[in-house]
Amino acid sequence: MSIISDRRLVALDNSEIPRYSRHLLLPEVGPEGQQRLKAAKVLIVGAGGLGAPLALYLAAAGVGTIGVVDHDLVEASNLQRQVIHSTRDIDRPKTESAKDRIRGLNPLVNVVTYNVALTAGNAMDILHDYDVVADGTDNYQTRYLVNDACVLLDIPNVYGSIFQFEGQATVFHAADGPCYRCLYPAPPPPGLVPSCAEGGVVGVLPGIVGTIQACEVIKLIVGVGEGQGLTGRLLLFDAWRMKFREVKLEKDPACPVCGENPVINELIDYEQFCGLTQPDEGMDGITPLELKARLDKEDPLQLVDVREQHERNVFAFEGAKPVPFGQVVRRMDELDPHTEAVFICKVGRRSALAIRALREAGYAGRMLNLLGGTNAWARDVDNSLPQY
Amino acid sequence: MAVTILIPTALRAFTDRKAEVEVEGRTAGEAVAAFAGAYPDIRHHLYDDAGSLRSFINIYVGEKNVKDASGLETPVRDGETVMIVPAIAGGKALVRDSGACPDDTGRRP
Repeated sequence: MSIISDRRLVALDNSEIPRYSRHLLLPEVGPEGQQRLKAAKVLIVGAGGLGAPLALYLAAAGVGTIGVVDHDLVEASNLQRQVIHSTRDIDRPKTESAKDRIRGLNPLVNVVTYNVALTAGNAMDILHDYDVVADGTDNYQTRYLVNDACVLLDIPNVYGSIFQFEGQATVFHAADGPCYRCLYPAPPPPGLVPSCAEGGVVGVLPGIVGTIQACEVIKLIVGVGEGQGLTGRLLLFDAWRMKFREVKLEKDPACPVCGENPVINELIDYEQFCGLTQPDEGMDGITPLELKARLDKEDPLQLVDVREQHERNVFAFEGAKPVPFGQVVRRMDELDPHTEAVFICKVGRRSALAIRALREAGYAGRMLNLLGGTNAWARDVDNSLPQY
Repeated sequence: MAVTILIPTALRAFTDRKAEVEVEGRTAGEAVAAFAGAYPDIRHHLYDDAGSLRSFINIYVGEKNVKDASGLETPVRDGETVMIVPAIAGGKALVRDSGACPDDTGRRP
């Protein structure tokens, strides 16, 4: 069953035939499927690692209208995986860069750009005009927002997400199966898990997962038989072990948005839902300049570098004891609770997690978080060190 | 019962990068608890303060989510796999609460 009704089919003109020849040769697509692609409107949320292959393959496939939402600018660190952007696009809006690339690839595509952050205030207006949404976002609040908006508007949400070497993909379509909330009723508390910005991500991973999403988008549009799409199945991919696994997803009858008695009937405050608006009580920070001053005074401090060995190979933080983030509780005895400890990581986030974990494990000493991590130290104190 | 715990990438920082470990347990809950016992740094990531499994963690015995079976009481057979599937979201900062943590560009939020 296709999500594009027959009455929307638009004839292909002769100039389109050679371009889509390899689709037209497939009985599963054929002229009718290609006409459905031409009629379809797909919204890609996020023009990043997942959005790049999504936009490129959907444009190449002849999707008639592609919307792209992103409010970021292209940065050098994006180029390792976000192949829709080029070196010359650094500092340009991602939507503009993506639009140029899509147009270059297939000028027949109508590209609609939204150079804004998707919010509860604009999501319904942006999404309601589309047949499918492909979620290539990089944070939980937008994932829940996209999910809820798709459920409320009855739009299938083709989901992909990545971390380090691992990807997940499925199709959430509440009319036919589970939604994101059925699988994950609530996000991790802020700061519990490091992000890709800290944990890293292998560049081809979003290429693979985003391409799987593109495949599912095309199948929804062209129409496939029961059980052939990813609805109700979660695909798990480990790029380093090159293993695909698949698990079943079932609709949760108690789901607050797509269950039998939904309590979420309109969009909510997703920052609050994801716990991003609550202050982190009692976490003491120290700026790089303050730390420098205290080290110059030879204040008694123990510096604890919670970065991984391979990061310390980029550069070691002078005078710091290396205790990787994942070992701090196990190695708590190596710290002296009578001496103030300063925790150091790349941007100040894993160090905050380490402090929280130690506090919960009963560590009694005073702990400070180096604000902005080694990147801020390199920026504010020692320009000879790299920011990575 | 010896069962294999499959560890997601997001939690391998706590297991010396190990992707799977063998533990003893008769139920999914016992197996996961044995796993958390072997790596104390991971406990806080799997369980909340009340000791319940966190809601962004799913446990699968084979292909089946224990939520759709008997929860943590779901029995496991000898040699079966218990897979931990957490929510992952990719790129951006997950901590924006303290004002202490800039986003991944190094700017303050």
